Amino acid sequence: MRGEAVRDWTVGELMVVAASREIRDGEVVFVGMRLPLLAYCVAKRLHAPRSVGVFENGVVRDSPTPELLYTMSDTPNIVGAVWCTRMSNVMGLLQRGDVDVGFIGGAQVDRFGNVNSSYIGDPDRPEVKLPGSGGAADIASLAKRLVVILPHDRRRLVERVDFRTSPGYGDGPGWRQRVGLPRGGPSAVITDRAVFRFDPVTCEAVLHHWHPPQSLEEVLEHTGWRVRVAEGACPTPEPSPEELRVLREYDPEGVWTGRRDDRGERG
Amino acid sequence: MGRDGKLVSLSEAVAHFVPDGATVVMGTCLESMIPFAAGHEIIRQGRRDLTLVGPISDVLFDQLIGAGCVARVMAAWVGNVSAGLGHAYRRATEQGVPRRVEVWDYSNFAVSLGLLAGALGVPYLPTRSLLGSDVPRRREAFHAAADPWTGERLLLVRAIQPDVAVLAVQRSDPEGNAHLWGNLGVTEEAALASRHVVLLAEEVVEPEVIRSDPNRVLVPGFKVSAVVHCPGGCHPSPVPGYYRRDHAFYEEYHRRSRTEEGFREWLAEWVWGVPHREAYLARLGPRWDALRRVQPAPAAPVDYAW
Repeated sequence: MRGEAVRDWTVGELMVVAASREIRDGEVVFVGMRLPLLAYCVAKRLHAPRSVGVFENGVVRDSPTPELLYTMSDTPNIVGAVWCTRMSNVMGLLQRGDVDVGFIGGAQVDRFGNVNSSYIGDPDRPEVKLPGSGGAADIASLAKRLVVILPHDRRRLVERVDFRTSPGYGDGPGWRQRVGLPRGGPSAVITDRAVFRFDPVTCEAVLHHWHPPQSLEEVLEHTGWRVRVAEGACPTPEPSPEELRVLREYDPEGVWTGRRDDRGERG
Repeated sequence: MGRDGKLVSLSEAVAHFVPDGATVVMGTCLESMIPFAAGHEIIRQGRRDLTLVGPISDVLFDQLIGAGCVARVMAAWVGNVSAGLGHAYRRATEQGVPRRVEVWDYSNFAVSLGLLAGALGVPYLPTRSLLGSDVPRRREAFHAAADPWTGERLLLVRAIQPDVAVLAVQRSDPEGNAHLWGNLGVTEEAALASRHVVLLAEEVVEPEVIRSDPNRVLVPGFKVSAVVHCPGGCHPSPVPGYYRRDHAFYEEYHRRSRTEEGFREWLAEWVWGVPHREAYLARLGPRWDALRRVQPAPAAPVDYAW
């Protein structure tokens, strides 16, 4: 992930803020680790004070944690939680349709929003064995909306993923219904270069924003399929001073918004 | 077993309940309460051909795989949660170093459903998750089916009944009636589904302490085969109420395990180089004291008045 400072914010911070804007007030949010965790805190403190966070380890909380988390099972995520329970209960919320939006990461995403976090190359003789689904495939299958967050280059944003860990829109319109998924599908892909949304008719990822100071052409060049650009596409709105202040209060050292290397992504 | 009934040493518990070839479920709370002390004892006893079951295990599974103890992994995620990929897992699955490991891919929900089916004593449970995903590709574990009433598509997750669950708890009485609090993950299902349960307890307490709050009990003592008093047994993972997560320890393991040689050196220092958990904690030194400095946050007492 490119984390060098541009203007007065990092790309990581821009991604967190973009992700936080995907959370609406009052929503039940299945929070993934790292950037989504920060996104939830920013949303909670600013525009979505009544949102509730659900974690796959069995934690439900409606307040930001007293300090930065490295994992969802860190002790500061337990204190002040509204529910500590078994995974099957929180996954049950997801399966019943009680979760509005979920966040996942991944190694690859394709034009129909399918996400790979399992294998690069042949699964029986993998070139790279990635950590696996975690809860990502469940979140992608069952949440009403899905937001995917990942670094952006031609090997990651591909025409077709090597392995469909987390189902997006499969091979296009009607696929989710055909395979029996009850609802949902990706609503946004947020990368360190751009924000994509999905065409409700064709189900393909369409570019809506690119992160300044890059140009649109640069983003397209780093994407592994011929991307459709939305009418009215524009540079990503910059983080407001308020958003940056809240984010930096929570992660003053930039643990999750600075430069990191090969973190395995997990939903 | 031990002269004191279920209360035994960690080496006795591992020797008796985790034989070569066993199916072992561990890391059931996800990133907390991971029984690292038991994993390290399994490595020291040279166990082979284990099947590991768990949702995610942070680096515990990576260590057991790198040490050559494992033949098969049934898990949703194997890696290093705060630092990245699992280097030993990659070496085993990509290069067969130190040996090939068979991977049965799951999602977290699928692991919990497999264990819940095992706990309920039914052959499988249905789900709407993973439809259209490539994750359920092992026919031994998953089967596509239809709702007999509506015809809707479902995925059946086969029951998992491990030989042994190795679980950490905050406190247990000598009979294995134990209190666990914080996020539970798949711990209840794992305990109920398994033939044997080995508990690693931060504290061993009088039965009255446990009976004062039966809602907090993990499983009844008759399901538990062994209780090990093992303070600090989960480091570097956290135990709510007792100690915090040692983030730097995970970073260090990640850095050092990048090469096979570095992994061996790490193992020599932190596993082979310490005969038991007390020695491991002594080696941590002041760092261990710092992790145990926790902010008190007691629950309001409950009253079972009758």
